[in-house]
Amino acid sequence: MPRVILTPSFADLYAGGKVEHEVPGLTIRHLIRHLDERYPGIGQHLSHGVAVAIDGEIYQNALLEEVGVHSEVCFMPAIEGG
Amino acid sequence: MSKIHVTTTINNEPVEFLCDGSQTILDVLRDTLGLTGSKEGCGSGDCGACTIMVDGRMICGCLMLGAEAEGKRVETIEGMAQGDHLHPLQQKFIELAALQCGICTPGFLVASKALLERNPKPSEHELRYWLAGNLCRCTGYDKIIQAVMEVAADLRK
Amino acid sequence: MGEHRYKWIGTRPNRPDGADKVTGRARFGADFNMPGQLVGKVLRSPHAHAIIKSIDVSKAAALPGVKAIVTSKDFPEQPNQIVSAGEMLVNLRDITRNVMAREKALYDGHAVAAVAATTEAIAKEALGLIKVDYQVLPHVIDVEAAMKDDAPILHDHIRTEGVEPKPTKPSNIAKRIAFAKGDIEAGFKKAELVVERTFHTAPVHQGYIEPHAVLASAAEDGQVQVWCTTQGQFTVRGFCSRLLNLETSHIRVTPSEIGGGFGGKTVVYLEPVAIRLSQKTGKPVKMVMSREEVFRASGPTSGGMVKVRLGATRDGRLVAADCTAALQAGAFPGSPVGQGCMCSFACYDVDHIRVIGYDVVSNRPKVAAYRAPGAPILAWGVESAMDILAQELGIDPIDLRLKNAAKKGTKTHYGPTFNTIGFEECLQAAKNSDHWKSPLKPGFARGIAAGFWFNIGGDSSAAAHVGEDGTVTIISGNPDIGGSRASLAMMAAEELGIDYTKVRPIVADTSSIGFNFLTGGSRVTFATGLAVVEAARDVVRELKKRAAKIWEVEPDAVVWENGEAKPASTNVGQQEPLSLAKLAAMAGKTGGPINGHGQLNAQGAGPGFGVHIVDLKVDRDTGIVVVDRFTAVQDVGTAVHPSYVEGQLQGGAVQGIGWAVNEEYIYSAKGKLENPGFLDYRMPVASDLPRIETILVEVANPMHPYGVRGVGEVPIVPPMAAIGNAVARATGVRMLDLPMSPPRLSAAMDAARPKMAAE
Repeated sequence: MPRVILTPSFADLYAGGKVEHEVPGLTIRHLIRHLDERYPGIGQHLSHGVAVAIDGEIYQNALLEEVGVHSEVCFMPAIEGG
Repeated sequence: MSKIHVTTTINNEPVEFLCDGSQTILDVLRDTLGLTGSKEGCGSGDCGACTIMVDGRMICGCLMLGAEAEGKRVETIEGMAQGDHLHPLQQKFIELAALQCGICTPGFLVASKALLERNPKPSEHELRYWLAGNLCRCTGYDKIIQAVMEVAADLRK
Repeated sequence: MGEHRYKWIGTRPNRPDGADKVTGRARFGADFNMPGQLVGKVLRSPHAHAIIKSIDVSKAAALPGVKAIVTSKDFPEQPNQIVSAGEMLVNLRDITRNVMAREKALYDGHAVAAVAATTEAIAKEALGLIKVDYQVLPHVIDVEAAMKDDAPILHDHIRTEGVEPKPTKPSNIAKRIAFAKGDIEAGFKKAELVVERTFHTAPVHQGYIEPHAVLASAAEDGQVQVWCTTQGQFTVRGFCSRLLNLETSHIRVTPSEIGGGFGGKTVVYLEPVAIRLSQKTGKPVKMVMSREEVFRASGPTSGGMVKVRLGATRDGRLVAADCTAALQAGAFPGSPVGQGCMCSFACYDVDHIRVIGYDVVSNRPKVAAYRAPGAPILAWGVESAMDILAQELGIDPIDLRLKNAAKKGTKTHYGPTFNTIGFEECLQAAKNSDHWKSPLKPGFARGIAAGFWFNIGGDSSAAAHVGEDGTVTIISGNPDIGGSRASLAMMAAEELGIDYTKVRPIVADTSSIGFNFLTGGSRVTFATGLAVVEAARDVVRELKKRAAKIWEVEPDAVVWENGEAKPASTNVGQQEPLSLAKLAAMAGKTGGPINGHGQLNAQGAGPGFGVHIVDLKVDRDTGIVVVDRFTAVQDVGTAVHPSYVEGQLQGGAVQGIGWAVNEEYIYSAKGKLENPGFLDYRMPVASDLPRIETILVEVANPMHPYGVRGVGEVPIVPPMAAIGNAVARATGVRMLDLPMSPPRLSAAMDAARPKMAAE
């Protein structure tokens, strides 16, 4: 099952401080949907202004990207640049 | 307020224009005559983006009044290339990537040409001080210095 | 990647816009004019913090030649919520207030009203006739002062986000953000040596030489045209659409050539105002900022406080790293503190990390992005602390970093595990460099520091149009700020197998190409490059189809090699290869024009690392830092056009040198900016500097067909600490606050003297 990692700030707000989560799903959308069932409200937060790293590669505006069974998926603040 | 009539020479062409007493030669070049190659970065003589030559002297166009051009010989970046031949400095700036955004480039080219006409064999130290009145925020000056030094060497051959 | 041999990538051809830019022909923001245009000017607050009780424009409006005046009343109120505009997430309530102050003026220079008049002189005179009744309030500039309980509050509605329980009182701390890995206290228990210091950085400006400029023309049917200097014409369109309730298709934004941006031209200031003035007058309106306005009112970056605590074992292994940072956001929330915190310890593989950041509003212009936003401020603290650690442990500073370097498989404190990165390679390259191996000149000292930036991808569109003679136009939508036309054309030439000079790249307006996110975050060569590659491949697919039609075979039976269609095998029969030019000439007979398109959201921008080395001496009497040698080493992926890659490293390093030794915003006791000009805001000039040597370490990004990584952000991250570390080794004085300007440095050396004598 993919391993989802939240920043402590997200975790404190929505997941009782729990940073690491095993979440079933084949795409980022699936993971967000499952997380939102566990922690109502987190889905909205994870859908906007958030970057996702799937196995170390950063995706901005990710939704339909596929994740592997053993993937590490990190949600973190979106990144802008100069 | 009535305008001042000025007769002058710009890039070897006789030019007449009318200006307000408060207008700088940079305003006249850019707004009245459509010569927008000289840039305004500060309006206070600190950045050198408006560097032009007046009677063979290098000046900041933002610090001279348009009316002062009466009877003078003004040279701007628009007069540097001859026909379809770029000046060696212009060519070298392109070849060595001595510009990134390009806003400061006209000023650097006019200033560099003025130096080489006065001192065909500048040391890097002399060149860096000569160009200290021209600000570039993109390149760190490295490739500009390299380009001018190479052109100086080429022109001496 | 090294085994690949490219025809164009890695070479140094002349840039396509070179001749325009060395002859003065290139048109920048202030170079656009229309017949009958009016001049727009902005009235700005002289107070750092004041309630706007009333604005009386009657006298100004009566002045002959004044055609329109706008205040905040001319801009619709916006909700206090984060929405997407031109792919940027913004709070529209804040943006409309930054464009034009509403209830309060929040910084010296805040726009309060604007005038459109027939001449500049009349517009300026009219500004003097506008009467604003201010009630001046106490103000706060400094980040730590703004965090205090009794600080003047900028916004009554702000409650600190990210704090439990949810605060009930307003605060200038807009947000608290935290990142962690492992157990920080357990980590410090293993430490045999702990270094702890608190550092500060001064607010600085991007310092682009071209001031903001716009020409806007609104027609009676609601169509709006805008010509402006910007890093993103689509961002301008998005912001203006939201702020003025216009449909995006009704706004056509044409970007001028851009005279530097560095992040500062990613937002709007004048554009919505010029459109509004044009709407009210029915005439084109041109607005250009003065240099003073650029400094007082456009996006500087944060000043910050960074407290760093490092724990290590005697052999130089980091066991715990802790950091707290507070960054000025300016008048509205949104400093780059989150990104800075993510970059803080990204260079190092440490088991136990904690990073906490605070986003703090204060009475300064709203900060805008500046090259690797946030990272340089955090790196000043972390990389200085690393040097103190190296000194206390007696370990070579490169070896200390090598011992702790992040590598493929290192899990970062902000979450992801690194894929292929090049930090170790950069450190090794620095160690093997001529600079590092050369003996120091007498009186000089050497410093090094490292830096990290993520790089970004994002949305890009590109088109490739084949002309009837087989030359190709590449159309994309990112302003060319440092040679990107060249790198895009090179990738297209490589894909198509034709000469670079047969490819002509142009930067299109918002109505002539699909959406492109802005030029920023070092994304263009990576992301728009991917779109160009895709557009070129689309053309190749079509060319193969046309050749197949001519040969009466299946498209699969055709290959594209060196700019020609060839039979895939002898089964196809003996066919003369068909060049792009031949196929283009026959396009009408084989199915019509040949064009290709690419559109994508580029993902997987590989992160970049840099290591900078500096030799310098400090004049004991004046405190002047003399930089004698500087080398920038960076993991650049594949250097598509090495000259422009070197240029990014050199330019970023020199901006960092300025940040280190001179640049700062100086405020009066009343909160007024006292140095809004290039004479007193002292940026580096040619005579301040030596050559900037570069070492390009090419560790290909696996997520790009040519291995491209962004290169423009990283080089501003290491210089400040590299210089501070050299200053410490030259003088024995460890500077904790930027800038290390002559008066500050000489004062610090004076303060250290009696102590040194006593020892």
